[in-house]
Amino acid sequence: MILVPGRSQKQGTSLNKGKLKDEYLTVTTTAEMNESDMQRMKLVNGDKIQLKSDVGQAVVTCKSKKKEDLPAGMIFIPYGPSSSQLMASDTAASGMPMSKHMEVIVTKV
Amino acid sequence: MPSELKIVNGRVYDPANHINGDVQDICVRDGKIVDSVSKSVTKIDAHGMVVMPGAIDIHCHIAGPKVNLARKLMPEDHRLDVHPKTAVTRSGTGGIVPSTFATGYRYATMGYTTAMEAAVPPITARHVLEELDDTPVIDKGFYVLLGNNAFLYKLLKEGRKNEFKEAIAWWVNSVHAYTVKLVNTGSDELWKGRKNANITDVNESIDHYDITPVHVMESFIEAAHELGLPHPPHIHCNNLGHSGNISTTLDTMKAAQGRRVHMAHIQFHSFGGELNKNPVSGAREIIDYINDHENITADVGQVMFGKATAMTADAPLAWMLRNVKFDKWVNADTECESGCGIIPFSYQESIYTHTLQWAMGLELFLMSKDPWRVLLSTDHPNGGSFMNYPKLIKLLMDSAYRKEALKHLNQKAVDKTVLLELDREYTLNEIAIITRAGPARALGLMNKGHLGVGADADITVYTEEDDKEKMFNAPRYVIKDGITVINDHEFATDHKGKILHSKPGYNEEIAAEIEPFFEDYYSVRFSNYAISDDYLHDHEEIPTHPKS
Amino acid sequence: MPEVIQSKPKEKKNIKIVKDATCTFCGCVCDDMELTVDLDEHRITKAKNACVLGRAWFYEHVLEDRPVVLIDGKEATLEEGMDTAAQILVDAKFPITYGLSDCTCEAQRVAVDIMDTINGNVDTTTSVCHGPSGMAFQGVGESTATLGEIRNRADLVIYWGGNPAESHPRHFTRYAVTPKGMYIPNGKKDRTVVLVDVRKTSSTPVADIFVQVKPGKDFEVLWALRALVKGKRISKDIEEQTGVSREMLDDLVYRMKNCQYGVLFLGMGLTMTRGRHFNSGAVYSLAADLNEFTHFVAKPVRGHGNVTGADNVVSWQTGYPFGVNFNRGYPRFNPGEFTTSDVLARGETDAAMIIASDPASNFSRRAIEHLAKIPVITMDTKETHTTKISKVRFAVATYGINTGGTVYRMDDVPISLRPAFDSPFPTDQEVLEGIRQRVKRLLTGSKARTAF
Repeated sequence: MILVPGRSQKQGTSLNKGKLKDEYLTVTTTAEMNESDMQRMKLVNGDKIQLKSDVGQAVVTCKSKKKEDLPAGMIFIPYGPSSSQLMASDTAASGMPMSKHMEVIVTKV
Repeated sequence: MPSELKIVNGRVYDPANHINGDVQDICVRDGKIVDSVSKSVTKIDAHGMVVMPGAIDIHCHIAGPKVNLARKLMPEDHRLDVHPKTAVTRSGTGGIVPSTFATGYRYATMGYTTAMEAAVPPITARHVLEELDDTPVIDKGFYVLLGNNAFLYKLLKEGRKNEFKEAIAWWVNSVHAYTVKLVNTGSDELWKGRKNANITDVNESIDHYDITPVHVMESFIEAAHELGLPHPPHIHCNNLGHSGNISTTLDTMKAAQGRRVHMAHIQFHSFGGELNKNPVSGAREIIDYINDHENITADVGQVMFGKATAMTADAPLAWMLRNVKFDKWVNADTECESGCGIIPFSYQESIYTHTLQWAMGLELFLMSKDPWRVLLSTDHPNGGSFMNYPKLIKLLMDSAYRKEALKHLNQKAVDKTVLLELDREYTLNEIAIITRAGPARALGLMNKGHLGVGADADITVYTEEDDKEKMFNAPRYVIKDGITVINDHEFATDHKGKILHSKPGYNEEIAAEIEPFFEDYYSVRFSNYAISDDYLHDHEEIPTHPKS
Repeated sequence: MPEVIQSKPKEKKNIKIVKDATCTFCGCVCDDMELTVDLDEHRITKAKNACVLGRAWFYEHVLEDRPVVLIDGKEATLEEGMDTAAQILVDAKFPITYGLSDCTCEAQRVAVDIMDTINGNVDTTTSVCHGPSGMAFQGVGESTATLGEIRNRADLVIYWGGNPAESHPRHFTRYAVTPKGMYIPNGKKDRTVVLVDVRKTSSTPVADIFVQVKPGKDFEVLWALRALVKGKRISKDIEEQTGVSREMLDDLVYRMKNCQYGVLFLGMGLTMTRGRHFNSGAVYSLAADLNEFTHFVAKPVRGHGNVTGADNVVSWQTGYPFGVNFNRGYPRFNPGEFTTSDVLARGETDAAMIIASDPASNFSRRAIEHLAKIPVITMDTKETHTTKISKVRFAVATYGINTGGTVYRMDDVPISLRPAFDSPFPTDQEVLEGIRQRVKRLLTGSKARTAF
């Protein structure tokens, strides 16, 4: 599946409290998934899933999104330590790692 | 302890004090020229050398948002011309738009000790002051762009001349500017509001305001006269670069009605011929008018072959160039205040218009009857880098060199000029006028451009050479504020110059008129707009001489 | 939480009101905050006009009880901290500084000076934000505008690859969508708003038109739009490739060519995904092309409070916007070589000074692993993953809340800050000036690093 990390208000407000505080950690380890994908994988809100890329892996909590809001095959997660674990270091001589649009394998934990 | 210095045995060129190559000693104490100094003073032996006041660039683009955009735009140009640090100076990059440190040091290495940034939208003036603080050695100031200002237009539309004058003074004070600048007056509204249109006639009505560019320019000239700004409105005329623009330029000069006005880079405004056809030289008409009208000063804006960058508040002009040369192009609209266009450019010997422009600039210099009023500039970086000044000086001082250079240019263009008939050679005294004494007088800088008692001790010492380009390329000594910054061709110390600005008096009630306009149409709060004195660092207020 | 804090202050309290203060949380840099400051408690109790992010910024930056300096986790004096930091930087063969987007320009200027002095490497968070847009700018230029101009004139507003409702909440309400302007007398009614993204977000309801692109296909859509604007043919299977129908593209082209003043805002949905600087370059080129028909501008929606200031400072001092190296005694620029993500991931640097950013949390795993191996100096207002691994950690005052100085809004408009209350912590600028002074002292004489 394709992982698209991005910003969210909660990520933004919680980082003002501190990046080592629970709220930020919760926000940045919650992944949004299309409801049909979740059904297919027999997942319900709050289940833990493992995301695995070529370079790393992370365990996050999943949360459903309607299919018109988030297309099937896509996962959204606020930026944070989890998304960094999955990101490759190569920047193709641009300075910018591929921070959005990462291919990941999703398994239920 | 007073710091003292004495320059002995040099041939001094100080036109403001009628000193023309006489051997004289120059005494310096605490950053100023004085009558005499103690016997044990440090001496510079300038035997066989030429001593002049530090040079002054009256019109260049060296700091601020448009300059920084141009820097960002051209990494390829910086790469070719690095500027390594030394034990006492910072590093940087050069090229046609150098970094701030390189700009200051490079001006100094040519004997320039003052330079005026010629176009600053007021909302970005804070940025300009920050960059100027990082521009070492030279003194510097800037002209604030008010000629397309929406609020001032509104006042003119309503016929409120007094408030118009007060508001100009408020703006100059609020951003710490030196004087006002007008660029392609009236064009911004058409450019932004009418799908990239431009003013074509200075007597046409500006959309939404029922006023004409001529009326706007007249009003500024009158207001600046009454406020007694040290330097009059600095005007970049309409129709820059269009064939036949001399009629626009003449109309603009007539609008001054005998009051002081400065015409920026007149070479670009001296095009004869018909619109949309190849231009011919109109230098004769323009210089005749200037010669006959003592109220007018001008800088030439000489074009030099090689790299340049069009960098201007005249956005339609940059767009026109973009459509000639489909290179990378920057446009930047500033709310209620200005437009801006940037495009990398180069002037080439083989191209008709480029040769014509080069020749027109020289015609203007060589047909000028009053060097005090027709001043040296390349409109850096528009006509070429300020680093070309020594070469330009050689072109003016050496007619054989000039005629040789002409052979390698577009002959069709050369034939359209009278350059071959002009044998005049500038003298060192005249060079000292067009690069020192003249700009100082035009700017109202009483303490600069001369070496009389009380003047700022900004002094350059050149080894006299027959090759004037070589001579002016590398002064042996550069003294700034009495400190020997360049000693025997090498940087001896770093130095911070100061900001030059003016503070015309005004009635503070005008602020209450301006504030509601800000609430409606600006994206920053009125109270956050004016710039605190903290940004001035070392500075000098140049006095105004109000008329009422 | 804000509701509780907003309860009316009792009169005996020492309360100060700061009008027209500036929020430096995001690149909007809104300068219309009215802050109520409890001077006894050293905290802001109300931030009128602030968005949800701004309120969190102002309410959460309280004075924490923690040491100003930690060296190897142990409390130390400010002087010891600056001495140690200077020694680390001088001893290093390839020192770097990174971050800089959440401090004032005054501090940024000192940081670049330090790196110039020790032949180090300067990079800012731009390299992992709109660095690709900066590279695109170098390639094709940009037609752009200040936000007030957009407020006054834009009748077509397109957001591409961004979600301002979450990242820049007041972008819509203060600058680009709802406000009334000089030639937009009815605000949003006079504008058409288009949102282009790979997913529906909380910004979508603002848009009159939502265009959903298949992930990683932005470049194809932009290039098709350029072709159509120029009257060229495009591939018949464009919808299959990109998820955007031909009808939708034709409609967009018609709107773009016929608007009075159009703007394309580009988000990191373009710079961080497949295509990177090509995507930004396509946006800039499209906006430039459209000027043959109407007036059109483009603008990256920049993230951190003063990331635009960092671009400006690094550019005016070196000629390049980010990823600058002074190893040879003059600035060199090469993204991919001198950008921090790469320098760390390749294990090239042997000391890092991280100012107001948290690479240990948001860089790639390999980069973070190297960062943990080398001496790190940090300056931050809060504990982060990076401060945790640092050898010398300075706790600093918060810019805009405790300190003045200059920041640049995303449209390059510079604004001066109005601090709300004093902090016992030093400013970034003070710490950096202390380090600069010590570095210069350590390098005097034979150790002076001139070229090579």
